[in-house]
Amino acid sequence: MMPRPGDAAVTHDLPLVEVDGLVKHFPVAGNVFRKPSGFVHAVDGVSFRIGRGESLGLVGESGCGKTTVGKLLVKLLEPTAGSISFCFADASGDEAPSEPVDAATLTGGRLRDFRRQVQLIFQDPYGSMNPRRTIYDTIAEPLAVQRIGNALDRVDRVAEILTLVGLTPASSFLFRYPHELSGGQRQRVAIARALVLEPSLVVADEPTSMLDVSSRTGIMSLMEQLARGLDVAYLYITHDLAVARYMCDRIAVMYMGKIVELAETEELLRHPLHPYTRALLSAVPVPDPEHRRDPPAISGEVAAPVDPPPRCRFYERCPQATSTCESSPHPPLEEKAPGRFAACYEV
Amino acid sequence: MTGLGLRYSTRQGEVRALRDVSFDLARGEALGLVGESGCGKTSLAKSLMRLLPDNARPAGGEVLLDGEGLLSLPEEEMRRVRWRRISLVFQAAMNSLDPVYRVGQQVLEAIEAHGVEETVASARARVARLFRLVGLDPRVMERYPHELSGGMRQRVVIAMALSCDPDIVIADEPTTALDVIVQDRILRELKAIQGQLGISIIYITHDMAVVAEVTDRVGVMYAGRLVELGETAAVFRSPLHPYTEALMSSFPSVSGEKRRLASLSGEPPDLADPPSGCAFHPRCAYATALCREQSPPRVGRGGQWAECWHPLDPAAVPVDPA
Ligand SMILES: Nc1ncnc2c1ncn2[C@@H]1O[C@H](COP(=O)(O)OP(=O)(O)OP(=O)(O)O)[C@@H](O)[C@H]1O
Ligand SMILES: Nc1ncnc2c1ncn2[C@@H]1O[C@H](COP(=O)(O)OP(=O)(O)OP(=O)(O)O)[C@@H](O)[C@H]1O
Ligand code: SF4
Ligand SMILES: [Mg+2]
Ligand SMILES: [Mg+2]
Repeated sequence: MMPRPGDAAVTHDLPLVEVDGLVKHFPVAGNVFRKPSGFVHAVDGVSFRIGRGESLGLVGESGCGKTTVGKLLVKLLEPTAGSISFCFADASGDEAPSEPVDAATLTGGRLRDFRRQVQLIFQDPYGSMNPRRTIYDTIAEPLAVQRIGNALDRVDRVAEILTLVGLTPASSFLFRYPHELSGGQRQRVAIARALVLEPSLVVADEPTSMLDVSSRTGIMSLMEQLARGLDVAYLYITHDLAVARYMCDRIAVMYMGKIVELAETEELLRHPLHPYTRALLSAVPVPDPEHRRDPPAISGEVAAPVDPPPRCRFYERCPQATSTCESSPHPPLEEKAPGRFAACYEV
Repeated sequence: MTGLGLRYSTRQGEVRALRDVSFDLARGEALGLVGESGCGKTSLAKSLMRLLPDNARPAGGEVLLDGEGLLSLPEEEMRRVRWRRISLVFQAAMNSLDPVYRVGQQVLEAIEAHGVEETVASARARVARLFRLVGLDPRVMERYPHELSGGMRQRVVIAMALSCDPDIVIADEPTTALDVIVQDRILRELKAIQGQLGISIIYITHDMAVVAEVTDRVGVMYAGRLVELGETAAVFRSPLHPYTEALMSSFPSVSGEKRRLASLSGEPPDLADPPSGCAFHPRCAYATALCREQSPPRVGRGGQWAECWHPLDPAAVPVDPA
């Protein structure tokens, strides 16, 4: 039987992105100008792959490096070390994957193609939009840069995508400016702009955090439909595990620049292995005013990962830490059971 | 706050962002405000602070703070109230920091500008305390905004909003960019200082779980109007307005069966041309001809009320809006 594009289980096996040993360090300015006093290990040896049409969730504490991973994937930042390679489907629509290309080597026309295939939805919809351009200009710009359609087609295309993301009637939004929209409306414009090019991979950085549940549901199902219908893959960055549950096939949990657990979504939520994942799950608020939750097992104090000690990054806050954890290097991400990866000595 | 109205003029005509919104807030109370995107929550917050864009025009109403009318205050006197007595954590606050100054410096300046601390040293100590309160290492004070992650910037802004010991904090989606552990910590801390210092907090959020955990009362907004208000537990247990019910039935959760998410059908109304009668009628499962033609009355039960012709509890009786 031929694999169909809508058949998620089949296409996920075709690799789209392969990330290997990704590292990004930022210098921390010292008191003396220009001389760094240390390095923030924002991303520190991260490896994963995303299949075609697959949705991988990236969750973890504020400041753990999620946005940095996203920016590295779309080439807004260059890695300190490690590699990212992409396997895009042929433009002919042929199912056979092309040869993997190293993102670092892209130039000219191939770089432009990359900019179409890989889109980023920014974490803050305010900073990412030019306040002097109307919604129409904002969304039509990538079409113009990629030389897709003529000016007339573009109006239709933009109106269509505005309707899809729930900004209706589209005519009442087309020529507004960003400041004339509410927070959630702006976030939807950002989503529309990323999807209008029908990319292969969308890095979505907290794309629905500002939306109320009913419009969030609409956007989530739109993104899901695109994943099924057009084989769009997602790196879905969120701190909201409930959202990740609906959007993602697999979830990677990050802690201080490292992936500490990676598994299929339901498995991970039902039987979290890593102590950090467990703490994260216990802190999810419950929509019931009569319910009293215990405070999570770990506190909210997180130091910035400036030149961290070589042992397990979670050691200081871990309720299960032993002397092995104290004296050994950061544990490797190992397959503890089929398809279940964790980086912990006590699992 | 009584009868507050607000309009924006746009090329497509007048957007009626707030219509006749009234509620009161007690000292030490936590009030939640929920409602779909674009229903007017941020507009309400900005009206209270009198921080409105040029194309906005107040359309009636008054805000009384301890009996003093705020909307008619001259701007210099409003400056005495703003931040010191009422402060606001902006939605998408992470962008409101100045990129060229260290973040600690920015909070310090807010404190100095309002003369809250006597000396520079005590002001510095206060900033460090506020940073710890929001779960940031005080060393982060020395960094620039672009060196911080989204959630870290958001926390700096929360610290800033708390820096002048305000009586009322309006928090517009304060924790949307934060992971659950940090969110949990901040919500607990806010709750604690709210109790200790008698601060009142208005939480604007779309997250019903946050509302359930931290608020005493909750108001539901639809198309620029407050359509239901009551004690949080009562509203969750038994909402009166069909919109509240729809809003609550659709959140995703991490535990239990993975349900198909019920999306509220239909589109939120165009505020430049709101529907007649009850603005919710085009999407309401219970709507009748009456709902299409006439504005619904306010009906209530205990301290809870809703604006609806067919409240979900038939025992609700008409109440006087005043
Ligand atoms: N340009 C930069 N210079 C210095 N440090 C940086 C820079 N960008 C990010 N960092 C640091 O790198 C770490 C990871 O940041 P990142 O933005 O990736 O976090 P995140 O996981 O997206 O967090 P959040 O959930 O709060 O958005 C943080 O400690 C941050 O302070
Ligand atoms: N400056 C403006 N000019 C014109 N229209 C505006 C302006 N600001 C807001 N609006 C419109 O007013 C309505 C209410 O906006 P507001 O920002 O108060 O919504 P909100 O409830 O905070 O939504 P969200 O949850 O998405 O932040 C929206 O329909 C928005 O498009
Ligand atoms: S007034 Fe009518 S249309 Fe409006 S919510 Fe009540 S039943 Fe529905
Ligand atoms: Mg981020
Ligand atoms: Mg808002």
